[in-house]
Amino acid sequence: MTDESFYREIILDHYKNPRGHGVLADADAEAEGKNPLCGDEVSIYVAFGEDGETIDEVKFAGRGCAISQAATSMLTEMVQGRSATEVAELDKDELLEEIGIPLTPIRLKCAVLGLTTLKVALHKAKGTPLPEGLAGLDELDLT
Amino acid sequence: MTPATKALDARKLRADFAIFEQTFAGKPLAYLDSANTSQKPRQVLDAMTEFYETSYANVHRAVYELGERATAGLEGAREKVARFLNAPSAREIVFVRNATEALNLVAYSWGLSNLGAGDLVVVTELEHHSNFVPWQFAAKQTGASFRMLPLDDQGELDLSGLDELAREGNVKLVAVNLVSNSLGTINDIAPLVRWAHEHGGVVVCDAAQAAPHTRVDVQALDVDFLAISGHKMCGPSGIGALWGRSELLHAMPPFLMGGHMIHAVTYEKTTFGELPAKFEAGTSPIAEAYGLGCAVDYLEGVGLDAIERHEHELAAYALERLADVPGVQVYGPPADRRAGIVSFNVEGVHPHDVAQILGGEGVCIRAGHHCCQPLMAKLGVAATNRASFYLYTVREEIDQLVDGLHKARSIFA
Repeated sequence: MTDESFYREIILDHYKNPRGHGVLADADAEAEGKNPLCGDEVSIYVAFGEDGETIDEVKFAGRGCAISQAATSMLTEMVQGRSATEVAELDKDELLEEIGIPLTPIRLKCAVLGLTTLKVALHKAKGTPLPEGLAGLDELDLT
Repeated sequence: MTPATKALDARKLRADFAIFEQTFAGKPLAYLDSANTSQKPRQVLDAMTEFYETSYANVHRAVYELGERATAGLEGAREKVARFLNAPSAREIVFVRNATEALNLVAYSWGLSNLGAGDLVVVTELEHHSNFVPWQFAAKQTGASFRMLPLDDQGELDLSGLDELAREGNVKLVAVNLVSNSLGTINDIAPLVRWAHEHGGVVVCDAAQAAPHTRVDVQALDVDFLAISGHKMCGPSGIGALWGRSELLHAMPPFLMGGHMIHAVTYEKTTFGELPAKFEAGTSPIAEAYGLGCAVDYLEGVGLDAIERHEHELAAYALERLADVPGVQVYGPPADRRAGIVSFNVEGVHPHDVAQILGGEGVCIRAGHHCCQPLMAKLGVAATNRASFYLYTVREEIDQLVDGLHKARSIFA
């Protein structure tokens, strides 16, 4: 696969003009995610609707590679209006299908950073336990 | 390094490295990631295969001839590494997995038993995590204070605050690298070593990035511990060496315990073996150590002075070529004060995307924080691209890199 098709139009478009970019001051759910491999950072903010369940608004801030930032941008469009409980368990393949390019294991981590962070935010807000694989993400605290 | 140094013929040496015989997407391999790990010459690989096929058995215990041959192979490698580092004695060379393990050995064994409240543990902003995190940990465990020496704007150590620092506590440990893996800075550590010793401190030197590229002399450096990794210097992975002053090594408790490192074991107590056995519990990476010895032979055959000169020339060429690529920012010191390492960023393109596009062009570089997060914070970036060179690097590889950067810019334009 050539790099021209890897960095296909839609990826570059979301990277250069990210949807849902910004911060929600009074977010109902929020979390910060980092990919230590490449230094990608994403903070996600979610506002729920009056039912306390529907995702009314999602914003993200961060910096990183085109894949991580474009994937998070696509994610904000994908989850808008959906139920928090459902999104907290969202299959990553749904997002990967949207991204639409084959990813090596290393780049996969970039692609799912936003989704993982969103799931952490939603589980924290709902008080539900983090799924296996997401627990233990705490940094080594030597203080 | 003098102008009289015989130049090396990288094109000819390249033929020793079979890895360059392949192409990627129809393009020749431009391997610009030698600071990450170096490629291996046939001389080392063939010698290791021959060792396995003719001389392999466990060392130090087999009484039959094969065991003696294997032991001679391992101990011969120790002698070679000792000469390579100008160590006073081969008994001061401890074989370990890599420089990281060497530095951890010192932090756990020397650090945990010598540090305490009121002591200063001093690292630099330029350290790899391997010479940073173990000391941060040892300081926390013992109640010592952890301090970081800053860099100046040129990416070189700023030593102007040493006098003030010394007033804050007992200078007990200074951890510093000879060559920065991230910026390529060649550190003149002499003033720092003098300062540490004047205050009764011990100096731990990370030479993982220096030993492949320049002559490292532990006596001239006057450090107390020094670590190298075999895989960065044409040797196999899984083998490295720690050199330490024998009086310090003698006084230290073992790091790992088990077979070979003991003198006598009873139910009540164990007495530990002599140097270096005390620090080499379990079966050693025997063939790897032998391979490291062969890598030392290979490097000395090429000549460390010639390697250093070649890399300076390549660094200067790379800086010159990169200056012509719009939007490229290079970090670190000028070419005459850096080893064959160039870190840079391309405006508007994240290093991972740069590296991905370059990969499609057959160009291998490292993209990331290079295990130097404190340094990345100082530079105000999350990551950089890093191209690094070695004795087999040719200018065409740098040209291939520059072409790839133009392509990256056009994709992200």
